[in-house]
Amino acid sequence: MFFSETSTSGLFFNLVPWIVFAPVVGLLINLIIGSKLGEKGVGAIASLASGSAFVVAILQIISLNAHPEGAVVKVAEWIHIGNLAIDWTFRIDTLSVTMMMVVSGVGTLIHIYAIGYMHEDVRFKHDEGRYRRFFIFLNLFIAAMMILVSGNSYMMLFVGWEGVGLASFLLIGFWYDMDTLGRPSFANSNAAKKAFITNRVGDFGFLLAAMMMFWKFGSTDFDLVFAKVVEVAAHEPWVILWITIFLLVGVAGKSAQIPLYVWLPDAMAGPTPVSALIHAATMVTAGVYLVTRSAPIYTLSHDAQYIVATVGAVTALFAATIAAGQYDIKKVLAYSTISQLGFMVAAVGMGAFVAGMFHLITHAFFKALLFLSAGSVILGMERGHHHLPHGDHHEIFDPGDMRNMGGMRKTMPVTFWLYMIGTLALAGIFPFAGFWSKDEILLDAAKVFPHVYYLLAIAAFFTAFYMGRQIWMVFFGEARHAAAAHAEESPAVMTVPLMVLAALSILGGALNLPYIHTLTNWLEHTVKVVEHEGEVAAWLETSLGGLNPWVALISTIAALLAIFISWLLYGRTPLKAGQIDPLKKMFGPIYYGMENKWFIDEAYWFVFVDRYVDLARYLAQTIDWDFWHEWFHNNIIAAGFRGFTRFLAQLVDLGIVDVIISRWPVAVAQWLSEKLRALQNGFVRSYALSVLVGVVAILGYLLLNMK
Amino acid sequence: MVPVSYYLVVSVILFTLGALGVLIRRNALVVFMSIELMLNAANLAFVAFSRTFNSYDGQLFVFFVMTVAAAEVAVGLALIVAIFRSKHSIDVDQLSSLKG
Amino acid sequence: MNFLLQPLTLVTFFPLLGVLALVFINGEQKNTIRWTALGTALVTFVISLWAFFFSGQFNPANGDLQLVAKYDWIMVAGWNIRYYIAADGLSVMLILLTTFLTPIAILSTWKAVEDRVKDFMMFFLMLEVGMLGVFVAQDLFLFYIFWEFTLVPMYFLIGIWGGPNRLYAAVKFFLYTMAGSILMLLAILWLGVNQGTFSVPDLVAKGGIPVDIQFWLFWAFTAAFAIKVPMWPLHSWLPDAHVEAPTAGSVILAGVLLKMGTYGFLRFNLPLFPEAAVAAAPTIATLAVIGILYGAAVSYSQKDVKKLVAYSSVSHLGFVMLGMFALNSQGIQGAILQMINHGLSTGALFLLVGMIYEQTHTREIKVYGGLWKITPVFGTLMLIVALSSMGLPGLNGFVGEFTILLGAFGSVAYGSYWYAMLSAIGVILAAIYILYMFQKMFLGPAGEITHHHEIKDLNLREIITLLPLLVFIFWIGLYPAPFFNLMAPAVEKLLIPFQAVLMAAH
Repeated sequence: MFFSETSTSGLFFNLVPWIVFAPVVGLLINLIIGSKLGEKGVGAIASLASGSAFVVAILQIISLNAHPEGAVVKVAEWIHIGNLAIDWTFRIDTLSVTMMMVVSGVGTLIHIYAIGYMHEDVRFKHDEGRYRRFFIFLNLFIAAMMILVSGNSYMMLFVGWEGVGLASFLLIGFWYDMDTLGRPSFANSNAAKKAFITNRVGDFGFLLAAMMMFWKFGSTDFDLVFAKVVEVAAHEPWVILWITIFLLVGVAGKSAQIPLYVWLPDAMAGPTPVSALIHAATMVTAGVYLVTRSAPIYTLSHDAQYIVATVGAVTALFAATIAAGQYDIKKVLAYSTISQLGFMVAAVGMGAFVAGMFHLITHAFFKALLFLSAGSVILGMERGHHHLPHGDHHEIFDPGDMRNMGGMRKTMPVTFWLYMIGTLALAGIFPFAGFWSKDEILLDAAKVFPHVYYLLAIAAFFTAFYMGRQIWMVFFGEARHAAAAHAEESPAVMTVPLMVLAALSILGGALNLPYIHTLTNWLEHTVKVVEHEGEVAAWLETSLGGLNPWVALISTIAALLAIFISWLLYGRTPLKAGQIDPLKKMFGPIYYGMENKWFIDEAYWFVFVDRYVDLARYLAQTIDWDFWHEWFHNNIIAAGFRGFTRFLAQLVDLGIVDVIISRWPVAVAQWLSEKLRALQNGFVRSYALSVLVGVVAILGYLLLNMK
Repeated sequence: MVPVSYYLVVSVILFTLGALGVLIRRNALVVFMSIELMLNAANLAFVAFSRTFNSYDGQLFVFFVMTVAAAEVAVGLALIVAIFRSKHSIDVDQLSSLKG
Repeated sequence: MNFLLQPLTLVTFFPLLGVLALVFINGEQKNTIRWTALGTALVTFVISLWAFFFSGQFNPANGDLQLVAKYDWIMVAGWNIRYYIAADGLSVMLILLTTFLTPIAILSTWKAVEDRVKDFMMFFLMLEVGMLGVFVAQDLFLFYIFWEFTLVPMYFLIGIWGGPNRLYAAVKFFLYTMAGSILMLLAILWLGVNQGTFSVPDLVAKGGIPVDIQFWLFWAFTAAFAIKVPMWPLHSWLPDAHVEAPTAGSVILAGVLLKMGTYGFLRFNLPLFPEAAVAAAPTIATLAVIGILYGAAVSYSQKDVKKLVAYSSVSHLGFVMLGMFALNSQGIQGAILQMINHGLSTGALFLLVGMIYEQTHTREIKVYGGLWKITPVFGTLMLIVALSSMGLPGLNGFVGEFTILLGAFGSVAYGSYWYAMLSAIGVILAAIYILYMFQKMFLGPAGEITHHHEIKDLNLREIITLLPLLVFIFWIGLYPAPFFNLMAPAVEKLLIPFQAVLMAAH
C-alpha cells in the first residue's frame, strides 16, 4: 500500500510523503517525550523536522530537473464510494514543489528564529510550560501546509486547507488566557475563534465547489478535472462560473480578501513567528496557490477572471488605506499582508499566474523578514521595559505600539537594517525582490484589466507610504517611551535567520528577471501561460521583453514620492510622545475611518454576529424551549392530556359509566336485599325447615314425574 | 327372613324423629344428637339395601358416613364448647347473629 | 445447544449471562459487580468481533444477510412469526458499535455510580441485549419486541440514576417513543396479516404493496423512527433525556439508541416501500436540513454543556437523514458512517463532560474557563473530539459529513442542489457552537469554578476509557476504506430497486 510505484519514475519522488511525515514525526516526538528534552531539544527537534521537509523538497527539485513532467505518488486510499475515488496521493510538479520550497524553507528559518523568540516570550508571559506546545503546533502547521500544497486532488488540498486553519486557530489563540497586552481576557481566544469561523465560511465555498466538480467532472483529482473542463465549459458554462465563484469564497477566506479578510488583523494576537509564518508567508497564500492550481478552470471564464482580479485589486487598495492608519507595528504589517495578497489574487485572477506566484515567493521572503524583525523590535521593547525600575512594571504597556517607539535604530541597529531591507523590498524599490514581482503584476494588469492596474498602482503608492511612516515612527526621532530608550538587540539565534531572509529579499528578484524568466520556464511545465489576444500582444511588442519601462518607471516614481511624503510628515519633524498623528490633523474624518478600519468589524458584528446570536437565542429560548418544549409539550400535550383524562374520569366515568355500571345495579340489589332480608332470621332451625321443605318439594316433584 | 321394607320403616321413623329433633329442639346438643340419628337412619337404609342387592357398596358408604359422623362430632362438640364459653348457653336460637 | 451457539444469537444474548451472574452477587460487593459487568461486555465485544471477522461465516464482500438463525416461533392462525436474526453490511457496524460502546460506558460509571450498582449494571446489560436485538432482528414482530424492550432499562437508567428532573425526563422519553411505536405496530400488523409473513427479506422479495398503501405504511414506520432519531420537530424529548440521564446512559442514548431510528429507516422504510421513499425524499430532506441548521443554532445558545451536545445531535442526525434519503451510494454510505461517527464523537463528548461534572457538579458553560491550562490532557482530548464533531478533515466526522453532502448534492431523489448547499451552512454553524463551547470552557482566563475548585486532570482509567474512541476517530478520518468496504456491497444491493423507481419518478 505504501510507496506503491504507480506512475513514479523519478529518483526521489517516492520520498515525497516525508514532507508530511517529517513534521508529524517531529510533532509526535515533542508531544510524547518533549517535556524531558528541555527547550533547546524541543526547538531542535521541531526545526530538524521542518528542515528535513526542506531537504526532501530540494530532492524533489533535483528529480524534477530530470523529469520535468513530475509524478504522482499514491500512499493510500481515502474515500472510495461508487465512482467517488479520493486518495492520499501526493503530486510533484513544478508548482507544488515551488510551494514546498517556500513553506519548508521559510518555515525552517522561522522555527529557528522561534527558538530564541519563544524562549523570551514564555518568560515575559510567565508560562514556560507552553514552550513545547508552541513547537508542536508549529510542526502541525507545517504538516498541514505540506498536505495542502502537495495534494493531488481538491479534497486532499482541502484536508490541508482546514488543517492549516486548525493550526492557525491554535497558534492565534496560543496565549488564550490573555489579551495582546497580557491581561486576563478572552480577547486572544476570540481572535482565534474568529479566524477559524471566518475560514469556515470560506471552506463552505470550497466544499460546494468540490461537490460540484465531482458531479460535473466525475472526480476531484486535478488531472481528471482539468481533462474534462473544456468539454463541460462548452455545454454548461454556468458550471465553470459557479465553481470559480465558490472557489473564490474559499480564497477570500483563506487569503484574507474582501469580504472575509477581517480575521487576519485580529490574528496578530498570535506570537510573532506565527504571524510571520502563517499569517504572512505561507498559509494566507494558499488561496493564491489554489487559483494558480485551478488555472485551467479560471482561464475558461472571463467573468470569473474579472471578478477575481477586481476583488484582489479592491482588497489591495482598501487594506493599504487601513494600514496607513494603524499604530500597532504588527497591525500595519497585517493590513499590508492583506493588501499584498490582493496584489497576488488580482494577478492570478487576470491569468498572470507566474507573476502571482513570483510575488507570492518574494512576499514570503520580505514579509516574513518584516514580521520577524517586528518581533525582534517588540522583544527589544519588552527587554527595555523589563529593565526599567520596578514600579513601572505594572502599568499597562503595549510593546507593539509604534507611538511608544522611536529612535530605535540606535538601540537595535541590526534589526533596523534588516527592517529597512524588508521595507524597501515591500515598497518595490529597485533592485529589491518586491520591485520585480510587483512590477510584473502591474504590467500584466495594464495589459489585461486597466481598472485593476489603476487600483493596484494607487495601492502600491500607499504601500510605500505606510512603510515609510512605520520606519520613521519606529526607528527615527526620539524614543517616546522609556522602554524604547532601553531596548536591547536580539540574540543571534533570532537575527541570523533574519539575515538569510534579508538576503533572499534582496536577491529574490533574480528568480524571474525579465529576459531570463527562470520561474516562468520552471512553472511552464505545470501552468500553461495564457496567450493574449492580438492587440495586447502588439502592445507587448513595445515593451522590452516583458519589462515595460513606463510601468516600471511610474511605479518607482510613485513609491519614491510616497516615501518622500512620509518623510515630510513623520521624518522631518518626528512625533513627540502623546502627539496626534499628522495625517489626522490633515484629513480628520477620513483618517478616523482608516484608523478604525472603516468600521467593517463593527458592521459585520452588527449585521451578522449579533443577528445570529439573537436568532440562536430566539430559536433556543423562545421557539424551542418556551414554545415547543414548555408550551406545546407541557401545556398543550401534557396538560391537554391531563385535562382529557380528568374529563374522562370525572364526567364520563363518574357521570355516565359509573351510574350505568354500578349505581343502578346497586340500587336494584339494595331494594331486593331489603325484601329478602326478612328471610334471613338467623335461626338455624328455620333454615333447616326450609331445607326440609325444599328436599320434600324436590323429592315430591321427582316422584310425581316418575313414570 | 325379615323383608327389607321393615328395615326401611324403622329407618324412616328414625329419620323423621331426627329431623323433628333438629327442627324442634333448641338445645344444640340435642340437635346434634338428632343429626346423628338421621345419619344412622341413613346407615340402616344403606345396610338394608346392601343386603338386599347383595352388594358391598352400601356397607362401604356406611363406613364413610361413620367416619364423617365421627369427624362431625369432634368438630361439632368443639364448636359447642366454644359457643358455650362465649355465650354461656347452647341454645341455638340465641345464635342468630354472626358476630361473636 | 445449537440454537445458542449461533454466532449472532450468542452475541445478542450473551449479556444476559452477565445479568444472571449479577443476580448471585451480593449488592454490597460493588467492585465485583463492576468487574463482572465489564467482563461480560468485553466478552460480548470479543464474540461480536469473532462472529464477523474470525468465524469465517461472514463475508463482507457479500451484500446479503448472513449469519442467519431462523426458527419458527408463533405459527398460529396464519401468523408466521419467526425467530429470525441475521446481519449484513447495513447492520454489522452498528452491532459492533453497540458491543464496543457498552464496555466503555460501563467503565465510565466506575466512580460515577455508587448507588444500587447491581441494579444499574443489570439494566445496562439488558439494554445491550435489547439494542443488539434491534440490529439483528429480521422479523418485524421480533424487531418490535426488541425495539420496545430497550425502553424499559433506559427508562429505569434515567429514572433512577438521573439528575434532579429525572422522572419527568424518563416518562417523557418513554411516552414519546411509545407514541410513535404504536403506529409502527399497526403497520407491522398490516404487513404481517396481508402479506402472510413478518420476515423482512421475504416481504422485500415479495414486494407488490400498492403505492397508496405504501404511503401510509411508510409514514407509520416513519413516526416511530423519526421520534427516535430524532428528526426535527420531534426532538423535544432528547434534551431532557440527555441532560437528566447519567453519563453512561447519555453515551448509549446518543451512541446507539438514536441510531436505532436511522437504522430503522435504512432497514425497513427504504427496502419495503421504495416508491413511497422516493416520493417522501424531498420532505424528509427538508426536515433534515431544518434539523441541521436549527440544531446547530439552538446548540449555540445553550448554557448547559450537556444540552449543547444534545442539540448538536439533532444537527448531526439531520446529516444522517439527509444522506440516507439521497438514495445514492455516497449518501447512504456516508449516512451509515456518520451514524458510527456520531456514536464515537458524541459518545466521547458526553464522557468528557461527565468526567468534569463528576468533579465540579456543574454543567454550566460560563463558570468554567481556562481549563486547558489546568488540565492539559483533558483539554487536548476535548479539542480532538470537538474537532471530530465539527468535521475537521483527517478526523472521522469529515468523512461522513462530506460524503453525505456529496451524495445529497448530486441526488436524483432530491433533484436540487439546495438541500446540500443549505446543509453545508451547517458546517459553519457547527464550528460556531463547538468553538464557542471549547473557548468558554477551556480557553480564556480561569472562570469561577476553575478558579475556586481544585480540578484534577484525567486519571489513567479515564484515559483508557477514551483511548479506544480516539483510535477510531483518527482511523476513520485517515483510512476509512475498511469501513466503507464493509458496507458497500449491502448498500449497492439496497439501491438496486431504486434505480428503476427513480427513473420512473423523474
